[in-house]
Amino acid sequence: MASSVFLLDLKGKPLIARDYRGDIPLAAIDRFMPLLQDREDEQGTSLPVMSENGVTYLHLRQKDVYLVALTRKNANAMTLLQFLHHLAKVFTEYFNTLEEESIRDNFVIIYELLDEMMDYGVPQISEPKILQEYITQESHILEIMPRPPLAVTNAVSWRSEGIQYRKNEVFLDVVESINMLVNPSGNVLSSDIQGAIKMKVYLSGMPELRLGLNDKVMFESTGRTAKGKAVEMEDIRFHQCVRLSKFESDRTISFIPPDGEFELMTYRLNTQLKPLILCESVVESHRGRIEYMVKAKAQFKQRSTANNVEIIVPVPSDADSPRFKSTIGSVKYVPEKSAFIWKMKQFQGGKEALLRAHFGLPSIRDDDPERRPPISVKFEIPYFTTSGIQVRYLKIVEKSGYQALPWVRYITKNGDYQLRMPDPVTSGASRLPPI
Amino acid sequence: MMNAAIQSHLAQLQIVKAKVLAALRKGENYELKTELNSEYKERRKEAVRRVIANMTVGKDVSGLFTDVLKNMHTDDLEIKKLIYLYLINYAKTQPDLVILAINTFVKDAEDSNPLIRALAIRTMGCLHVQEVLDYLSDPLRKCLRDSSPYVRKTAVMCVAKVYDLNREVAEENGFVDAVREALGDANTMVVSNAVSALAEMNSMGGRVWQLEPQTVGRLLTAVNECVEWGQIAILEALIEYEPRDEKEAENICERLLPRLQHANGSVVLCTVRLLLRYGRYVKRADLLAQFSKKMVPPLITLLSSEPEIQFVALRNINIILQQRPRLLSKEIRVFFCKYNDPIYVKFEKVDVLVRICSERNADPLLAELKEYAKEVDVDFVECAVRAIGRLAMRFEAAAERAIAVLEELIQMKVDYSLQISVVVLCDILRRYPGKHESAVTTLCDHADHINAPSARAAYLWALGEYSEHVRNVAGLLGAGVDSLLEEEDAVVQLALVNACVKYFLKQPQAAQALVLRALQTASEKCADPDVRDRAYVYWRLLSADPNAARAVVLTEKPPVRPESNSLPEGLLEELIGELGCVSSVIQQPAKQFVYAYGEHAGVPRGGADAAISAADSEAQATSSGNIETAAIEGEPELLISF
Repeated sequence: MASSVFLLDLKGKPLIARDYRGDIPLAAIDRFMPLLQDREDEQGTSLPVMSENGVTYLHLRQKDVYLVALTRKNANAMTLLQFLHHLAKVFTEYFNTLEEESIRDNFVIIYELLDEMMDYGVPQISEPKILQEYITQESHILEIMPRPPLAVTNAVSWRSEGIQYRKNEVFLDVVESINMLVNPSGNVLSSDIQGAIKMKVYLSGMPELRLGLNDKVMFESTGRTAKGKAVEMEDIRFHQCVRLSKFESDRTISFIPPDGEFELMTYRLNTQLKPLILCESVVESHRGRIEYMVKAKAQFKQRSTANNVEIIVPVPSDADSPRFKSTIGSVKYVPEKSAFIWKMKQFQGGKEALLRAHFGLPSIRDDDPERRPPISVKFEIPYFTTSGIQVRYLKIVEKSGYQALPWVRYITKNGDYQLRMPDPVTSGASRLPPI
Repeated sequence: MMNAAIQSHLAQLQIVKAKVLAALRKGENYELKTELNSEYKERRKEAVRRVIANMTVGKDVSGLFTDVLKNMHTDDLEIKKLIYLYLINYAKTQPDLVILAINTFVKDAEDSNPLIRALAIRTMGCLHVQEVLDYLSDPLRKCLRDSSPYVRKTAVMCVAKVYDLNREVAEENGFVDAVREALGDANTMVVSNAVSALAEMNSMGGRVWQLEPQTVGRLLTAVNECVEWGQIAILEALIEYEPRDEKEAENICERLLPRLQHANGSVVLCTVRLLLRYGRYVKRADLLAQFSKKMVPPLITLLSSEPEIQFVALRNINIILQQRPRLLSKEIRVFFCKYNDPIYVKFEKVDVLVRICSERNADPLLAELKEYAKEVDVDFVECAVRAIGRLAMRFEAAAERAIAVLEELIQMKVDYSLQISVVVLCDILRRYPGKHESAVTTLCDHADHINAPSARAAYLWALGEYSEHVRNVAGLLGAGVDSLLEEEDAVVQLALVNACVKYFLKQPQAAQALVLRALQTASEKCADPDVRDRAYVYWRLLSADPNAARAVVLTEKPPVRPESNSLPEGLLEELIGELGCVSSVIQQPAKQFVYAYGEHAGVPRGGADAAISAADSEAQATSSGNIETAAIEGEPELLISF
């Protein structure tokens, strides 16, 4: 698969070089940067997968570091890119951040990790928790040296035995992120719900867990009727601890969880949604000034409230001297982002809010077309899921027979939430009310 | 004089600088050498660290080989790992000295700690030194039967390394057989690594393994229990497998369907590849329909991964759609571009959008493409405008709306989107002759802004073709003829001459003076020989026989067909079998970018090295008596160089 893996700085100089097969000269990495540049010049964009002289370069960038895998075969590109992402995740877990400096400071342990995570170019182990059990930042004397945890090669490769907690608890977070693309006239172009069930597990021993959701397919297949609403999840992806074949046969979600925090599953619903927070905007551009009016509507039930709402409205990069007026919340101009941010601590369902903004523009401007970024919105709505998904039960069985308490929280927040702006009105007298 | 003096001074300075640097470098290595031999453990440890740090940034520390090796026998795991790393990098350059390290390796391979045993066996395999093989055989044999699965999974992989280095050693010592046996190991990680190792050996051209029916069941069980990477290895092996009968194929597919729910995108994509591949063995229509239905949601979920993963997914979706055009027809909206998608993702999304669009949803897509065409990234704008053209070419019903969108873009007078819109608009006119004439008016209204050669040529073509629908065609063409010599591009000049002749043939009275002026300027003053020749030909044709000229110039042209943008059938089939692989991403057959086993990757195939390797291959060919193939392979290049 991979012949070698490199970590490079922004100039393309190697910070770390690990040769797994010796079938590509290490100097081949010097061609990476020029290749990236060439593609940028020719095709207008760099590409994650590039081939030259019998060497294929696969890469991704994290902050100021490139992670690059080289192969001379027709290798599985998806696997290698996934592996690089796992690599980045493990490094981040170890050093808190992945950047040039943390790599220089920790090159010894990085080599150890590279040696453990990949053998002969074939990915081996990428579970950060397990790696941390036997590859640690302190050095060891042979007698008390760590041994490979059983988990490494076990069927349960994500949890070690003998974990003990005085109080056995499980926390479940059901987080739904709303992806939304709305056109200037307020029509939804595309929308979906990306759901995730995140867990924090503090349980002793090797517990068996079973999670029950109001899953429509499960109700239908077992012939039972749901008490409330049942949800049809379009695509579910599970953490590797979940027994997939069991889920396929009778839709039960059963697993032995890893210790601590992890993401149990993600799901997607592709339903046509009404925007939870809709922003209608009018833009007027006159000589020497540009004016905005934004109306935000909270289109969810009155008993829910959105917290920490931020509506980010882009403005021309050469705008200046801002003036704002809003019915609720506060507004701030952020010139480095070429936008103003309208913040509302709380925004109750069913309510509307209004904002007026005025900016000065230089009287002489070039004719180049403006970038047209969309309005983006951030929010969190606690105790609420858009899909209506519910945790019906979480059964915990361990052979020692302890009682454990599950805690469940629900939250809906923004995902990629974009509302396109209308073209500015340029002709005629100003129709917006004065500030 | 001064200059020469300064230059000689500079040259001297350079020499001094080089000497100082060399001394410094030597100095550092010298210093490291002392430190490596220090009597204090901490200093030796620090020195080893520094050696590795230097090695990483590409400084040559191979001179310290023996000094580093002296520290190898240590009870400090970190030092041990670092020295092993040093060996991996420099063993090839000092094969005779490597023997000094063998003792420690052999001893480590018998250590009581499985971590050390595995480390030793893993590293020995990576040294790429023939001499090590003799010493490696015994420890490797033991490790293949080790009680710890961690050691066994490492040993299994080591066999592939040995095989790469020396096939005879691997076969004669029974290592390859041991790996085949490891397929029945109780531990799934050993099983999946055995699968990887065998696949690796196969790819070296050895055909050491073919998946047997009795092993399939075991792999199907193992896939439920091993880590994600192992699942990928097993899935890839099963993809190559040929089921004995339909029943077995159905069973394999059904057992693997749950893999579509895995969090790792590569597991998902491998499963999709398997289902598509097994389409040739499974015949039951209801099952096939079920498989198709099941693979759609996971494919779409891949689009919410990181951009690089999205990119590979989109390239692959593009291939899958060429085989199954209707698979995602309901999902068009998920491919709409987000403002902050990287450009390479946007390109692929637009391509997929056009591919899955049907006549029914062409309108919303055109509206969406119009938004893209108003963005500021020039390449993306071009991509969007061309996509508008492709839609109009495919669906006649959408042509009218597409033209309206293009006219709107032209009226916005943004330079780059205007130029490309003009070109695409004329392409659509060509596709549907005799329709949408009114669009030409928009072109004429903005004639002053059309300045890119391809756009001007397209616009002039439209003037000639639709001269009867343009009000001031004589004036517009006349202005063109006036500035004929200022046009830099021959394409534009040719288009102008053509347009004038067409106009003349349609309205001889009005255009006589114009066409004469055009032909005269073109044939007498133009620098480009093609333009001069074309003008002469027209001139003679027109003066000899206007009817013949009419027949030639105004003849009915075959209609333009929509560009297919699809892969050829054979390649498509090949790439479907390689979904997720590099070939499917760059959409070329693997042999075009993968060098053969013996070729040196990393150097261009042409140039001096190629000459050497060509000489090599010729020598080989001669020795095997296979001269003809070599000669044939050489032929095309000769032709090109003529």
